[in-house]
Amino acid sequence: MAKILAGVGTSHVPAIGAALDSGKADEPYWQPVFAGYKKSKQWLKELNPDVVILVYNDHANAFGLDVVPTFALGIADEYAPADEGWGPRPVPVVKGHFELARHLGTSLIFAHFDMAIINEMVVDHGLTVPLSLMCGQPQEWPFKVVPLCVNVVQYPPPTGARCFELGRAIRKAVEAYHEDLKVVVFGTGGMSHQLHGERAGIINREWDNRFLDDLTADPLRLTKIPHTEYIRETGAEGVETVMWLIMRGALDDQVKEVHRHYHVPASNTALGHIILENV
Amino acid sequence: MTAGDHDYHDIPGTYVFDFDKSHQGFHLNMFCMSLLKPENREAFLADEEACLKRFPMTEAQRQAVLDRDWLGMIKLGGNIYYTAKIAATDGKSFQYVAGKMCGMSQDEYAQMMLNGGRSPDGNRSKSEWQEGDQ
Repeated sequence: MAKILAGVGTSHVPAIGAALDSGKADEPYWQPVFAGYKKSKQWLKELNPDVVILVYNDHANAFGLDVVPTFALGIADEYAPADEGWGPRPVPVVKGHFELARHLGTSLIFAHFDMAIINEMVVDHGLTVPLSLMCGQPQEWPFKVVPLCVNVVQYPPPTGARCFELGRAIRKAVEAYHEDLKVVVFGTGGMSHQLHGERAGIINREWDNRFLDDLTADPLRLTKIPHTEYIRETGAEGVETVMWLIMRGALDDQVKEVHRHYHVPASNTALGHIILENV
Repeated sequence: MTAGDHDYHDIPGTYVFDFDKSHQGFHLNMFCMSLLKPENREAFLADEEACLKRFPMTEAQRQAVLDRDWLGMIKLGGNIYYTAKIAATDGKSFQYVAGKMCGMSQDEYAQMMLNGGRSPDGNRSKSEWQEGDQ
């Protein structure tokens, strides 16, 4: 049977991808960003998952405003990196896992999570930057990916409680899958950032770290945080952090924090990263 | 309280991209999305007005694009992830655009971020901002 072994939370700032792709990772500005992932890369390599369920949001690259799905699951065989306005990132094509994705989509809809289903999609920095941070610059990504897109661009995003419950349904579905697969769930986006308006540049280190603490200590508190609190305390775009609760919901009630990294700034953003293992 | 009547309107200097904004800015944002294609980026740089005419946005929205009035675009329903495509076409970064929106140079804005960013203290409610701040 398939099993979810661990969860990874990480920010997905586009400038991080640009820094890596243009050979700037060792520059003083970026070095502290990447240093916090050294242990993570080793950890992931040793865990050697077959599939990563990657929760992220598209940033006006695959989805426009014509249709805005709240939750959308990718069942394609592969996903090409998107041209986000400055050419596609020079990273490998992301390989999907149709069999698991088909099972997930069916299970989730029968569990009353009415997913939109994606047969074709380009993937932007929201998906590829977490892969780069966790895997470096390989010729091929070392695992298959099932993308799960969440709308956090057009208000309202799904609630934290709903995200957490979706995580639980994902876990149940994975555990019912016939094949022995090692699965890791990534929850990405956030943490503090506001990219627009006269209040751009908000960073709330204390709030972010309390969120990281409570992913282990009190995840149910996190599921009750209203959207306005995310927006007010961590910036309008900081509401992305709600996606981490899908990852958390997919794990056991008790988890162990095995790694944390928090750094300000990565461009406009407070970079947060955590690794949680089922105990 | 009806759905759509939200307490985030009290947050200063913040324009939550809700259904009202999405509805208002639809054509402006879909123009921005057209810049994902390299040929459209080239066409835009070659003749901005001709490109903009192909999208039924308001005259004010069209002018905000021509003026690179980044805050104006947001106030007229633009979403930052969409308007950032114009910045990318111009070869400008998110930090440049963010700085412009809060009246800072790119260097000043970058320095604020290096210093730990803008504190939420004093920036949570419109009541905390002096008149003229926005």
